[in-house]
Amino acid sequence: MSQRFRTGQGGRIDREQEIEFTFNGKPYTGMIGDTLCSALLANGVHLVGRSWKYHRPRGVVSAGAEEPNALFQLEKGNRTIPNARGTQVELYPDLDASSVNCWPNLDFDLLSVNSWFSRLMPAGFYYKTFMWPKSMWLKYEHFIRKASGLGVAPREPDPDRYEHSHRHCDVLVVGGGVAGLSAALVAARAGARVVVADEQSEFGGLTLASRAQIDGVEAARWIDDAVAELRGMTEVTLLPRSTVFGYHDYNFLTINQRLTDHLPLTERFGGREKLWQVRAHQVVLATGAAERPLIFANNDRPGIMLASAVSTYTNRYAVKPGSRAVVFTNNDSAYQSALDLNAAGVEVTAVVDARSDSTSEIANTVRNSGIEVLNGSVVVDTAGRKHLRSVQVMRLSADGSSVSGNRKSFDCDLLAISGGWSPVVHLNAQSGASPVWDDEAAMFCPGEPTQAQVSAGGANGTLDLPGCLREGAAAGANAANACGLEAKLAVPAAEQVDSEAILPLWALPSPYTRGRGPKAFIDLQNDVGVADIELAVREGFQSVEHVKRYTAMGFGTDQGKLGNINGMGILAQTMGQTIAATGTTTYRPNYTPVSFGAFAGQNLGEHLFDPARKTAMHGWHEENGASFEDVGQWKRPWYYPRKGESLDDAVNRECLAVRESVGILDASTLGKIEVRGPDAARFLEMIYTNNWMKLEIGKGRYGFMLGEDGMVMDDGVTIRIGEDHFLMHTTTGGAAGVLAWMERWLQTEWPEMEVFLTSVTDHWATAAVVGPKSRDVVSSVCDGIDFLAAAFPFMASKTGSIGDIECRVNRISFSGELAYEVNVPANYGRFMWEKLMQAGEPYDITPYGTETMHVLRAEKGYVIVGQDTDGSVTVDDLGLGWALSKTKQDFIGKRSLNRPDTLRKDRKQLVGLLTDDPATVIPEGAQLVNDPQAPLPMPMVGHVSSSYYSACCGHSIAMALVKGGHQRMGETVHAPLANGRVIKATITTPVFYDKEGSKPNA
Amino acid sequence: MFLIECPWCGVRDETEFNCVGEAHIVRPLEPEKLSDEEWADYLFMRKNPKGMHREQWLHVAGCRRYFNAERDTVTYRISATYRIGEQAPGEAGK
Ligand SMILES: [Zn+2]
Repeated sequence: MSQRFRTGQGGRIDREQEIEFTFNGKPYTGMIGDTLCSALLANGVHLVGRSWKYHRPRGVVSAGAEEPNALFQLEKGNRTIPNARGTQVELYPDLDASSVNCWPNLDFDLLSVNSWFSRLMPAGFYYKTFMWPKSMWLKYEHFIRKASGLGVAPREPDPDRYEHSHRHCDVLVVGGGVAGLSAALVAARAGARVVVADEQSEFGGLTLASRAQIDGVEAARWIDDAVAELRGMTEVTLLPRSTVFGYHDYNFLTINQRLTDHLPLTERFGGREKLWQVRAHQVVLATGAAERPLIFANNDRPGIMLASAVSTYTNRYAVKPGSRAVVFTNNDSAYQSALDLNAAGVEVTAVVDARSDSTSEIANTVRNSGIEVLNGSVVVDTAGRKHLRSVQVMRLSADGSSVSGNRKSFDCDLLAISGGWSPVVHLNAQSGASPVWDDEAAMFCPGEPTQAQVSAGGANGTLDLPGCLREGAAAGANAANACGLEAKLAVPAAEQVDSEAILPLWALPSPYTRGRGPKAFIDLQNDVGVADIELAVREGFQSVEHVKRYTAMGFGTDQGKLGNINGMGILAQTMGQTIAATGTTTYRPNYTPVSFGAFAGQNLGEHLFDPARKTAMHGWHEENGASFEDVGQWKRPWYYPRKGESLDDAVNRECLAVRESVGILDASTLGKIEVRGPDAARFLEMIYTNNWMKLEIGKGRYGFMLGEDGMVMDDGVTIRIGEDHFLMHTTTGGAAGVLAWMERWLQTEWPEMEVFLTSVTDHWATAAVVGPKSRDVVSSVCDGIDFLAAAFPFMASKTGSIGDIECRVNRISFSGELAYEVNVPANYGRFMWEKLMQAGEPYDITPYGTETMHVLRAEKGYVIVGQDTDGSVTVDDLGLGWALSKTKQDFIGKRSLNRPDTLRKDRKQLVGLLTDDPATVIPEGAQLVNDPQAPLPMPMVGHVSSSYYSACCGHSIAMALVKGGHQRMGETVHAPLANGRVIKATITTPVFYDKEGSKPNA
Repeated sequence: MFLIECPWCGVRDETEFNCVGEAHIVRPLEPEKLSDEEWADYLFMRKNPKGMHREQWLHVAGCRRYFNAERDTVTYRISATYRIGEQAPGEAGK
């Protein structure tokens, strides 16, 4: 067996199932039950990556979510995953893993030369060096990105499916360690609907690596029994491999469940991940505690590992993480690791304890097993380039401020370190609480909850096994009781192990002159050292949030889970203040990275991400070669290119056809709202700027809607169908907003008005038949209507039929031509359309799209709200003051028309522009200036809002908003373009075609 | 993500609602009689309290009704929702 460091027995691996995998192209073997890291360690592989900035060799530090170093690129091609934490990757057959952040390879990293220049690359180095001159940043950035590397995002579409699931429950237990399981058992036995989520493949948490007993049996056995009992209860949902990554308002929590990542690629079927969105009545946070490292010179060598991780690899994964070990601690918990190593046959040379004395039972047990305990001592430096070779130990002064005496060297390839424990308070903090510093325990504990939530066990700062069981059970009982159930408190029993107080240590004293010694790392992923924090403070940074940003501490993919607490301690130490006063950085979702796929779920593609709305004639448009454009959610025909035609060719042809004969446009998408009720006319008086009371039945009127600020909000024609019945047209994009806006006035301001609004946009299919021949076409299709001009004048509306189908014909025009809009119930849209096409054949009726519609209306100077207006344009600015009633006492926005700002003479006003060169089309959005030679910053006097080539006029046309433009007819403006070219144009009226306006009345 | 009790439909998820701003802003009956300052006050000036705030919400993906809510802008707790025209609960008895 090649796994030289596998212990002979024990562990929660399946020794019957040896599996093969590759790391950086080299084959290895591991066992089912391994993580990628435990399997590598079993093979004696300690060097797994390079650090971000200095490219120093790095090894596995932890056994969990906090891992900063052991990041891997998994697999290749469309299923590749960047920056996977090897401590949490379950090993599967043929797993293909490689290191991130090394180039050209792990053993020979060209950029490790950065390490030699490390003193020249202090905190803020990239900011200071590369941000100036600004223009060079993009060039530098390219190089820096390549050098810094991390993982590579997949370049091919994700082949996997992702699911979303919603759940309500009584109690959500976050974390399936012994505290969480105790809580779940008590709550579930009381009949609560319980969800238990745990990020690992199996429940049990850190206790899976414990050799203690619970209720008289081995802890692992107790865990198995507890899980079995929970699994047998129908109201309990157990979610393994599920990370609760977000805690939001109203006890809304988000969980990412990984369903297939532990399987060989060939066996991955169904959804890859499931995003659970849970509303919980009560939440029990049993997320445990994380051990923190100690900070000393060269503390980043492969072979230096958290003591708890050492126990986990030894006991849970049956791996010897080294051959000869030293333990370095400031508290009691690491003594257990010394015993665990000893039991697994790893030689433990010494336990180095910063505390001047250690007299607890476990410390004595260690001494009695023949391991030397060096009290009042600290590790001050280490040796070994790609793997730890030795550590150097010195005496710590009584006040802890200096080291003295000889440096004693211990040969070892494993250093187990423990700087104490930090409750995983991330979710408590995300939920709105502020973590509270406990000076005695030297840890941030959960803050007062603002939601229905309780923390238990390690997450609550309780580190002993009986305490975790007790708090868990109590939390479960309380949660169930809060849901109106009656819980019976049952606390599993475990032996109490006494422990002595921790000696909090942040930056350890060093024998080196300040700033001259080797680096002591706080954030291993981003290479932030003690000296960087000190530099930040010297340079004036005081807030922990600023220091974080300046040094990049905690900005890695691990979000500082391992290092931040030490960084805060060192910052407090450097500034001579308490940690409580220094505070924490903000804990934000997501707890660990979540794939984009999980968030997207099935909301993919054009149909599910955002529904596409299609008119009843859509199929016809497709069959006849239309190009479509998106208008809001609508798919509208843009133009109908014939063979070999460009957009311009097609639009020119379509425009001329409309002006000379007849065209047809699908106008179904225009918003249509029925306004009914005894007060309908009175309501419209308030909503529109013009008069509606006296509008005849069967007649329409064009109106503007203003915001209360007096600015144009929407426009359209509204037709009076009956005394109390109007049909309002809105812009295509504005329909929903206008409906909500009118509802708001009716519901909140004028509830006494009897008016009912109904959106009927989708109920009708509308074809606009436009051009001098339109009367001939429409009259031959629609029965029961007298189309003679005198009987059916401009702005009139009549009902008739097409065959058996009722239709409404409105004689309105958005092109300045004789035009009719024919409406039928939507299901008959295509029938109507084909009838009209057939009837139009003698006149070569031409279907046209939105582009031609835009040109035609611009030729007439008709505005499009949202294109020629932008929320800062009044009706007067548009030169359409005739649409403002002079007689109405009030309408929405009227008072604002008298505000000093609205009356300014130099407001931007709508004008037309004609270029000197008739073929030149000014780009839309171009800024306008009076003098293109003016010194910078050049005063801008307006901008181009619409601009086209008009085949009908034979020259380009543009609409623009120009300061004081109405008084500047005939004057010259210039449009300087980004490419240096300047287009000269003359200000004119925006009406370029049929200035008398006689054609629609023909 | 809030849970919001629509006074017409009951408790629903926040995704069904739109917040449309401060509640209880009454449109002046005779705007023409207002000074520019008074009109600007109605038009633009909005409270931005730290603490209890009365807001208008729209149950846009439900009954499409507007209603009012009392919400704490610090804790996000919605202490009450009530129909348009009803007295704000905090005002009762005053
Ligand atoms: Zn509702």
